[in-house]
Amino acid sequence: MDLSSINPVLLLASLMVAATPLLFAALGELIVERAGVLNLGVEGMMITGAVSGFIIAVESGSPALGFICAAIAGALLSLLFALLTQVFLANQVASGLALTLFGLGLSALLGQGYVGIKPPSTPKLDLGMLADIPFIGRVLFTHDLMVYLALALAIAIWFFLHRTRAGLILRGVGENHDAAHALGYKVVMIRFAAIAFGGACAGVGGAYLSLVRVPQWTEGMTAGIGWIALALVVFASWKPGRVILGAYLFGGVNVLQLNLQAAGAAIPVEYLAMSPYLVTILVLVIMSAERSRAPASLGRPFHASH
Amino acid sequence: MFKIEKRPIPSAKWNWGAPIVAVLLTMVFGGALFAVLGVNPFLALEKIFYEPLLGEYAFYYRPQLLVKAAPLILIAIGLSLGFRAGIWNIGAEGQYIIGALCGAGLALALYPMELFILLPLMVIAGAIGGALWGLIPAFLKVRFGTNEILVSLMLVYVAEQLLASMALGLMKNPEGMGFPGSRNLQQYPSAHNAEIISGTGMHWGVVAALIAVIFAYIVLSRHMFGFSLRMSGMAPRAAKFAGVNPTRMVLICMGISGALAGMAGLFEIAGPAGQVSIDFNVGYGFTAIIVAFLGRLNPVGILLAGILMALTYIGGEITQSQMGLPLAAIQVFQGMLLFFLLAMDLLTNYRFRPTAKEAA
Repeated sequence: MDLSSINPVLLLASLMVAATPLLFAALGELIVERAGVLNLGVEGMMITGAVSGFIIAVESGSPALGFICAAIAGALLSLLFALLTQVFLANQVASGLALTLFGLGLSALLGQGYVGIKPPSTPKLDLGMLADIPFIGRVLFTHDLMVYLALALAIAIWFFLHRTRAGLILRGVGENHDAAHALGYKVVMIRFAAIAFGGACAGVGGAYLSLVRVPQWTEGMTAGIGWIALALVVFASWKPGRVILGAYLFGGVNVLQLNLQAAGAAIPVEYLAMSPYLVTILVLVIMSAERSRAPASLGRPFHASH
Repeated sequence: MFKIEKRPIPSAKWNWGAPIVAVLLTMVFGGALFAVLGVNPFLALEKIFYEPLLGEYAFYYRPQLLVKAAPLILIAIGLSLGFRAGIWNIGAEGQYIIGALCGAGLALALYPMELFILLPLMVIAGAIGGALWGLIPAFLKVRFGTNEILVSLMLVYVAEQLLASMALGLMKNPEGMGFPGSRNLQQYPSAHNAEIISGTGMHWGVVAALIAVIFAYIVLSRHMFGFSLRMSGMAPRAAKFAGVNPTRMVLICMGISGALAGMAGLFEIAGPAGQVSIDFNVGYGFTAIIVAFLGRLNPVGILLAGILMALTYIGGEITQSQMGLPLAAIQVFQGMLLFFLLAMDLLTNYRFRPTAKEAA
């Protein structure tokens, strides 16, 4: 194995890129779960975002438009879940699974004519002087807008949850929906909004995969990243700051194993490719002691009888 | 105006009415989807639901129906036990792969020895392999409180990588001229899960699926375990007071569903699939989730739902080859079915009541 072929600067820089889709999807799901809803359809919404963002970007030549449409597509799909769980009062676990199965099929159907095409490249942000700083500049300041947007989103969500009245209401709905309802808050409407936001974030995360990270469309390309994003929310104990930490950790594991594959490590490729999933399980085991921090109404159906 | 009111007990009529309405709605919306894709919806639906059963070439498709339905039913029966108790094993796809690998591994290790009990031994190996793979999330859940949904799903990806590793490495056919994939078990008489009656599609996996249906029916309706299982799902606190041990429940449910999924994998790899190859698994483990729900988590329902789902698979292949309908359209069709079913369940658990005029 030739470890010297792994360039630490490139490794760290690609770590930030690898973490971005996870960060978007996990932050969206964090808001959904903080509102007391467990949406297991992240994988389905991500891949739908990935394919619709890809198609729009290819057809229009504008990656920005692709990201916007991916957000809309993810949100639309998530509204199906919202309709099922909030209006039709269906089981959240089953509905989330349905969303994933449906999304995987839908994306395969939509993406048929787009296999093997290269999308228009997303421009890197020109940060001038900053990018010229040795090492740090290359690692931190040579990315596209979305990488920084994901980080900004994490901060914005923290601010929203802990410093605004709307965030307090959202948390209230997630902790005790009956109490929130008694106080006159529209539990179902708030949850609809949270679910749609989660869907939009997952869609953007998916589009980042197909437009920047890979960049290509292949069937089933999310390969479990949506599920890892769900695990990430548990890992982060439902705190936005720790989602960043988690996403970068997972991004790091993934980039490292890909680099080791390329460097011809003595470990077979398949076992390296397993590592992100095994790390996820390990992290879940370690973190499950803090389970009590989950929003108290998480996954429980809400039906206003009065 | 109407108001939605929870029924004191779920409606028995709608319990069975909901899946039928859901299937009809899926046909309507699925037909619309086919029309959008430029295919005559009536012809497509006829090809999916009629042709494999009663059409001119039905003699060719009917055996296929059994071959496809057997793994779906076998896996869904196992899943339904856990689902009833609120234990969500969604990693059946992984358990299916591991079961296949364990059974096929045993056969390949003994090749070319002819041994009349080899196939039964392989079935046992497959069941144990699947059960152990399913017990990993179960053990982590009872010991550390980890979420079994996420762990069992992560293990699907791990199993897929293991499968790839085996197909390209350890289990690769030494006489395969470098091509990936193992020896073909169909050419190894002792290990081949052949058709019991030639030309019917009836292999041992079909028999196992039928036995599983009957067994599950008896356990659920006549045995104490089935009662405890149903109680843990409907009233966890009451179950606890009645002395049902939740830890044991998790381990048993995940173990059984893993074992059945593993067996399904083995029957597939020793029969219709034939060899360990990278693309061995085709998503039966996930489709079985739809089958379990569509069958109302009831063994007889699952039998019917499994056949219906197998029908959409075969119909999908027919419409693809004859009408150019993309195979992914069928996947969407199946996903839609689960959506409608979940929505229609509202009618099972809730009822509409006209709201009384408020007193002035």
